[in-house]
Amino acid sequence: MTLDKLPIGKRAVITSVGGEGNLRNHLLDMGIIPKTVVSVRKTAPLGDPIEISLRGYTMTLRKDDASKIEVLPFEEE
Amino acid sequence: MVIALVGNQNCGKTTLFNQLTGSNQHVGNFPGVTVEHKSGEAKGRKDCTIVDLPGIYSIRPYSGEEVVTRNFIIDNSPDAILNIADATNIERNLYLTLQLAEMGKPMVLALNMMDELLGNHGSVNIEELSSRLGIPVLPISAAKNDGVEELLELTMETARKKQKPKKVDFCGAGPVHRCIHTVSHVVEDHADAIGVPSRFAATRVIEQDEEIIKRLGLSENELELVEHAALEMERESGLDRNAALADMRYRFIESVCADTVVKAQESKEQQRSVKIDKVLTNKYLAIPTFLAIMAFIFWMTFDVIGQRLSDLLAVGIAMFTDWVDALLTAYGLNPVVQSLIIDGVFAGVGSMLSFLPLIVVLFFFLSILEDTGYMSRVAFVMDKLLRKIGLSGRSFVPMLIGFGCSVPAVMATRTLSSERDRKMTMLLVPFMSCSAKIPIYALFTAAFFPGDKLLVMTLLYIGGMLTGIVAAKILSLTSFTGKPVPFVMELPNYRMPSLKSVLLLMWEKARDFIRRAFTVIFLATIVIWFLQHFDAKLNIVEAGDGSSLLSLIGMSVAPIFAPLGFADWRIATSLITGLMAKEAVVSTMGVLMNASGSALAAALTGVFTTQSAIAFLAFALLYTPCVAAISAMRKELGSGLKTAGVVIGQCCVAWIVAFAVYCVAGLVL
Repeated sequence: MTLDKLPIGKRAVITSVGGEGNLRNHLLDMGIIPKTVVSVRKTAPLGDPIEISLRGYTMTLRKDDASKIEVLPFEEE
Repeated sequence: MVIALVGNQNCGKTTLFNQLTGSNQHVGNFPGVTVEHKSGEAKGRKDCTIVDLPGIYSIRPYSGEEVVTRNFIIDNSPDAILNIADATNIERNLYLTLQLAEMGKPMVLALNMMDELLGNHGSVNIEELSSRLGIPVLPISAAKNDGVEELLELTMETARKKQKPKKVDFCGAGPVHRCIHTVSHVVEDHADAIGVPSRFAATRVIEQDEEIIKRLGLSENELELVEHAALEMERESGLDRNAALADMRYRFIESVCADTVVKAQESKEQQRSVKIDKVLTNKYLAIPTFLAIMAFIFWMTFDVIGQRLSDLLAVGIAMFTDWVDALLTAYGLNPVVQSLIIDGVFAGVGSMLSFLPLIVVLFFFLSILEDTGYMSRVAFVMDKLLRKIGLSGRSFVPMLIGFGCSVPAVMATRTLSSERDRKMTMLLVPFMSCSAKIPIYALFTAAFFPGDKLLVMTLLYIGGMLTGIVAAKILSLTSFTGKPVPFVMELPNYRMPSLKSVLLLMWEKARDFIRRAFTVIFLATIVIWFLQHFDAKLNIVEAGDGSSLLSLIGMSVAPIFAPLGFADWRIATSLITGLMAKEAVVSTMGVLMNASGSALAAALTGVFTTQSAIAFLAFALLYTPCVAAISAMRKELGSGLKTAGVVIGQCCVAWIVAFAVYCVAGLVL
């Protein structure tokens, strides 16, 4: 599953970070790397971008970019 | 001694800088680029300068900010790096710390917002953290001014002792470790030659930092060795080189934090932010709330507080002018010189200064929006709208600042990470009606629409934005066809703004405005006064005389405005002086019509019809920004020709829109 499809409130673990160049490097620098736990907080009023939570902080990115991040949702929740 | 202050965005860096330096700050630009930076003398330490570098997350070149920070540390070789990190968000903040430590400069880590962490039952084993990172660490609370004095002392001490970070091998064992060490050996001599540690050079080269690779001047053979080592690492670790290094750093941080940090569970501040966001970024409430907040700010600025103070100041200045005038008359000063002082300088600069309260009040509110963390929510909420015109939500903030003043707005475009977005945002900023144009609107609404002041003002602002949207659409289809910048941004917890920071910013803006009033505008008033009081043969003429130099210039330009319904040379002249500063439009009209305040408004009704007044307002709204903004743009665009193109283009757009408005108004009225 990709991050943009992750239901709001559900936690998942990142399995791979796609994309390329500057954007990808920036995502990596912000701590979006494989094995990191992430959850989607909400969607912006106009439907895009999304607000995600990881490593104890909150950030926003567009669905388009989030679709390049593969995640594995936690089973138990 | 020079100390470089470096840290993530939203970690309290500005607050700390303000605590360290007080009001003793200077704004400057780095040579060659226009990333703004502040520097200041540390309070009570004459020999210690603190340079506030831009807020960044990594020194990997992502936008101009990272490049500036990296180059400042390499080239200017500060005596120490003061790295500030947010203790409540320690993992991501330490990522930059690791990169900085690699640079091998004396360095101190300040853990900010410790009070917040402790208040939420978290804690940090400072000694252990310090020994694991190999640098001195000190907990502080910048907002409460706790530990700031000790921090300065410790940093200066570290700088004096030239105490470099202890070599810490945070790559652990494994493929990444082997790769970094292999590459370190390859680049060692080159790194020594340009004065950077080999480990720093190695990671920069592995991460393909073009500029560093160029500076190192590696040979073909050496580059091949690096590539081979990197490929080996990628094969063994199963991650590409960028992911592998980021992973290595975060693994190290995670293990250090596991041993030294007791993280707070969901903190009070986070819970509060979530609650506030339930309203401010709510699906239905977000946009209405934003509009309401902006309306409130405009109302306070242009009606309740700002305008009243402004009126008071105007009265004061008028009284002072009369007093000086009487004094000079009693003294028997040469009447020409007296006219220069009273009609030129006092009238011009005086009318300008009465707008100071508006600017101060506007920036008071804007800085609160910024400091609380609301500005990033605005970008979050507005991103989709701006994407439609080919920009990102982050362009919204510079544009919003454009309503205050185009100059800082143009400078604020530097926070955008793509050149395309930066230039495009810059071109759109002038369409956001700046606060210096308010006197024009105020004068004309008082003269022609006394009952609908607020309505006309609102329409003008919306008209500017609409023109901007159309312009953006055209630009993105023609000259800016590239991809918009990726939109990845932190949403910090909401915080109470520090009164000190807000006041300092207001003071800074006020000082800037006063400086402009006494330099650019002072000069403009003298030039205008001269052109107005002398004719082509340099004989003295009466103010408002048709044979003065200014009248001649105005007369030659005036026919251009005939289709817009105001081919009056005095109006044309006022628009020309508006190039110096927008506030000068009204003051020039005052001088030329020999009237001020309500008398000027009355005089205007003799020159304009309602129809042509609307066209004039549209033209004034959209035509070229002032010299200060033009010079800021020139710096950003890096080309005088392009800048001239923008200025002329802007005037053409203004004329076309004003003509359209004139025609439509003719049909309606």
